[in-house]
Amino acid sequence: MTPDLMDAGAERLQARTLRATPGRTESGDRSASYSRIAQTGEVDVTHGRILYLEDVSKSFDGFKAINSLNLDIAPGELRCIIGPNGAGKTTMMDIITGKTRADSGTVYFGSTIDLLRHNEPEIAQLGIGRKFQKPTVFEELTVFENLELALKTDKRVRPSMFFALDSAQQDRLAEVLHTIHLAPHVNRRAGDLSHGQKQWLEIGMLLMQDPKLLLLDEPVAGMTDEETARTAELFLSLKGQHSLMVVEHDMHFIRALAGDTGTVTVLAEGSVLAQGTLDAVQADERVIEVYLGR
Amino acid sequence: MTDLTLSSVTLPARAPLLSRTGWAAFFAALLAVCALAPMLNLWVPESSPFHLSGYMITLLGKIMCYAICALAIDLIWGYTGILSLGHGLFFALGGYMMGMYLMRQIGRDGSYQSDLPDFMVFLDWKALPWHWALSDSFVATLILIVALPGLVAFVFGWFAFRSRIQGVYFSIITQALTFAAMLLFFRNETGFGGNNGFTDFKRILGMPLATPEMRMTLFVLTGVALLGFLLLGRWLVRSKFGRVLQAIRDAERRTMFCGYDPLPYKLTIWVISAMMCGVAGALYVPQVGIINPSEMSTGASIEMAVWAAVGGRATLIGPVVGAFLVNGAKSWLTVAAPEFWLYFLGGLFIVVTLFMPRGVVGLVRRIFKKNVPSIAVDKAQAAIKTEVTEQPAEPAHLPQGARA
Repeated sequence: MTPDLMDAGAERLQARTLRATPGRTESGDRSASYSRIAQTGEVDVTHGRILYLEDVSKSFDGFKAINSLNLDIAPGELRCIIGPNGAGKTTMMDIITGKTRADSGTVYFGSTIDLLRHNEPEIAQLGIGRKFQKPTVFEELTVFENLELALKTDKRVRPSMFFALDSAQQDRLAEVLHTIHLAPHVNRRAGDLSHGQKQWLEIGMLLMQDPKLLLLDEPVAGMTDEETARTAELFLSLKGQHSLMVVEHDMHFIRALAGDTGTVTVLAEGSVLAQGTLDAVQADERVIEVYLGR
Repeated sequence: MTDLTLSSVTLPARAPLLSRTGWAAFFAALLAVCALAPMLNLWVPESSPFHLSGYMITLLGKIMCYAICALAIDLIWGYTGILSLGHGLFFALGGYMMGMYLMRQIGRDGSYQSDLPDFMVFLDWKALPWHWALSDSFVATLILIVALPGLVAFVFGWFAFRSRIQGVYFSIITQALTFAAMLLFFRNETGFGGNNGFTDFKRILGMPLATPEMRMTLFVLTGVALLGFLLLGRWLVRSKFGRVLQAIRDAERRTMFCGYDPLPYKLTIWVISAMMCGVAGALYVPQVGIINPSEMSTGASIEMAVWAAVGGRATLIGPVVGAFLVNGAKSWLTVAAPEFWLYFLGGLFIVVTLFMPRGVVGLVRRIFKKNVPSIAVDKAQAAIKTEVTEQPAEPAHLPQGARA
């Protein structure tokens, strides 16, 4: 028997048992809120996973950008994702952040929040921050105003009209300005910053959002070596309190982030090709083949 | 207003509503509208060179109504990046609401000496149609002047913004909506006087309209409304709400990933903008003495956008300046050389678009402060930057959007 047939058989059997005994649940008779109550809007990481993707697929006009992707991330983990162009890295982030709808599969934030049922602003407010591949800041606004907009606060219309920074928020803003080395440029138009500074500003905006999970799409593209090293330092300091998913092509940067023990995931053709320490995946035959071409 | 210092970081203090010079200019303008203009018009004898004629008062009052419209366009276009070519509709709705009240104020003094407005008698209608029910009440009229444009804008905006209709498509739909409304108002059966609209107004609140005093009162009211809306606009764009609008204009997706839902923001400023136009229309009708469907014509709405563009988008004072410049030129040119007016308008639009992307105000600011770069320069810089950071080319088979 092929694995497909075995799976199908198992599913049929399970469906029959469920039908036969009314009231029985798939989780083995445990009630959904056994020993703890699901809090709406709270991320439940008691199962040790902050992000959980299972069997996610997405195709564009027949091209499978994501193909039965399975991936999960632990709270506080810094996960590096590598893969050739077109491997589906950005599409995966699009699906997690609600920009693109998955064709099938499940995406959970913690064990209670189904991300496929939320739109972009809701997902951002739940605590997932995202940095784009191309630095995207509000060019006409100053560095200060960019950070102030990103600040975690009530983001509905009326509170925005009457908003004023309180002193704790001012401290937070000053701290972030310091972290991203833009304190001297606080009143400059964001559009006038250098490319690397814009990258930093966008990272600073993420920090202001105080997300539980940060998705970073090529965060050091266009940065100098020194800036890259500082960025790696910053991400390593965030690890632990935040979970991070970093997509990057720069192998030195990945080496700095993953070290010898961190997990690196290799994506290719829309699914996970290999996963393990950087040394292990770099030694993997299939990974070499994908990167060097046939 | 304390500056906060933490490890050598100085945060900017919150900007005041208006700067010292801003307030000075504001009160100077208020004084000019409320005291100087009435004095020069009513008390200075006509023989004096300082006399302000009734014609000038009506013209300035009319232009101030236009300036309110330009300001409304600026909030939605300049600050939020949504070009509406349908604000003529909201202007006309406000105008028609006021017009209905003024028609009822005529009473039995019309040509047919009937209780009904003349055009209804002419159409052989025996009773007021249902939608005229509130037109006898001045209070209800005042409410409807803001509520009706607001409601129409809300319903239209909710559907348009929820479907994420953007850019030129949105502009075209607003244009189509306004055109449809014009065709509807042209019909006699709609009950708004058909293509003649409303005219021959006699009085307002029981007082005669055609007196210098009433003309002055309306002028002062319009001026105060314009200055009030300027302050309101300033308060809006200076708040975080205003910065979110600019963020939506510059990078809507980034705004969403920051946790802001653009829909209520767009809808709020869209409705505010429509209400402002409604008020402008209501102030316009008693001063000009007529309202007809031509206010909803394609050209009328486009002209509003031209005023804002000429004055300078995303500057509050710009559209007001633009409205005065363009309409001043219009009333002079249509008398001096009527055949050239349309060429002038077209040429002006081209010159502004090509050489003054931030309008007259942007030009003046650039002359006095060297540090305001023009949009053209920004674009050139952005182009250079994207060239430097260009990503390696995607495989050819990858469809568009897969990695965008």
